[in-house]
Amino acid sequence: MSEHPVAAWSEDDLGVEGRVLDVVRAPADVLSTVGERVDPCSPESVQLAADLVATMRVSPGCVGLAAPQVGVSAQMFCVDVSEHPKTRGHHGTFVLCNAEVVASSRNEKAREGCMSVPDLTGDVKRASRLTVRGQLPGTGEEVEVETSAFEARALQHEIDHCQGLLFVDRAAGAHAIYARKTYL
Amino acid sequence: MSTEPTAPTSLHAITVLGHDRPGIIAETTGRLAELGLNIEDSTMTLLRGHFAMTLVCSGPATGTEVELALAPLSADGQLTVTVRDVDDAHAEPGEAGAAGGGTSWLLTVHGGDRAGIVSAVVGRVAMVGGNITDLTTRLAGDLYLLVAEIDLPADADAEALEQAIGEAAAGLGVRATLRAAEADEL
Repeated sequence: MSEHPVAAWSEDDLGVEGRVLDVVRAPADVLSTVGERVDPCSPESVQLAADLVATMRVSPGCVGLAAPQVGVSAQMFCVDVSEHPKTRGHHGTFVLCNAEVVASSRNEKAREGCMSVPDLTGDVKRASRLTVRGQLPGTGEEVEVETSAFEARALQHEIDHCQGLLFVDRAAGAHAIYARKTYL
Repeated sequence: MSTEPTAPTSLHAITVLGHDRPGIIAETTGRLAELGLNIEDSTMTLLRGHFAMTLVCSGPATGTEVELALAPLSADGQLTVTVRDVDDAHAEPGEAGAAGGGTSWLLTVHGGDRAGIVSAVVGRVAMVGGNITDLTTRLAGDLYLLVAEIDLPADADAEALEQAIGEAAAGLGVRATLRAAEADEL
């Protein structure tokens, strides 16, 4: 059985070196703006994909990074939950363009943080079974990712970024937002 | 057999505000327990590092007795304690609340800090008879955040309210989202 195209994807496929970019923080407007759809094969998209992965790699505790978080209002994000203790199944490191949720179920509430909202965390209810459709950068191949648990949460968090939403927009209640006690 | 007259039960709303230190809650509740008061509802938090607690308690003590019992808490001038007798008849959600057939919503507003965000946005909620049942605001760096739980009357137009809130927020350069509050039936 061949490996899933998302799990088999590597940033080496992009053929460009990623640059580490500055991560912007709320209340930056770009974080509250719906991102533009992107051409996954364009040189700009390929470079942005590499940059997102490079920036995620050097950011402690970072399991996902969306284009608006590096100041680019675009529907692209990278994810890698493989090293996180909450992770069960995962698809390694990948970047998705123009991603959308096509199926979701089994809502669960859990505490989330975000590099763009560094001083707060919050309880957010999200689907723990998820199917997402998007395109791989470089080839533009359309893929569907079926996932669960922590990777599902990470994907929804990043897709929200691409839609101009922060986790605080999905807070589970008035007392579901907390001051961050520890920083990575 | 003799029957002692039962002391009337009063309801008191108490606030304790001021400089934070360990033991404030223990001391407050201990003194209330000595009066035989039952804590029916309470909330406590730190607001920019300052202790803030509100509680409602009931029991056979008068407001004056409660004030006297709590007076030592404010003796060093670091805390302010107030006691107010309240009427239980108004303790239940009003007709405009979700319990009266309305709907529950969650409002989030965030953006750059500036004066007037809360008043402008929640003013739109008040205009349609919405009742805010829980509210938290936070200032984290440059980010100002408001999360409110709102009961809307059954005849309220949530879509129109969302638009009005969005316009108010846009005028202030902040973002607002209004979502139906989900209640899980288990």
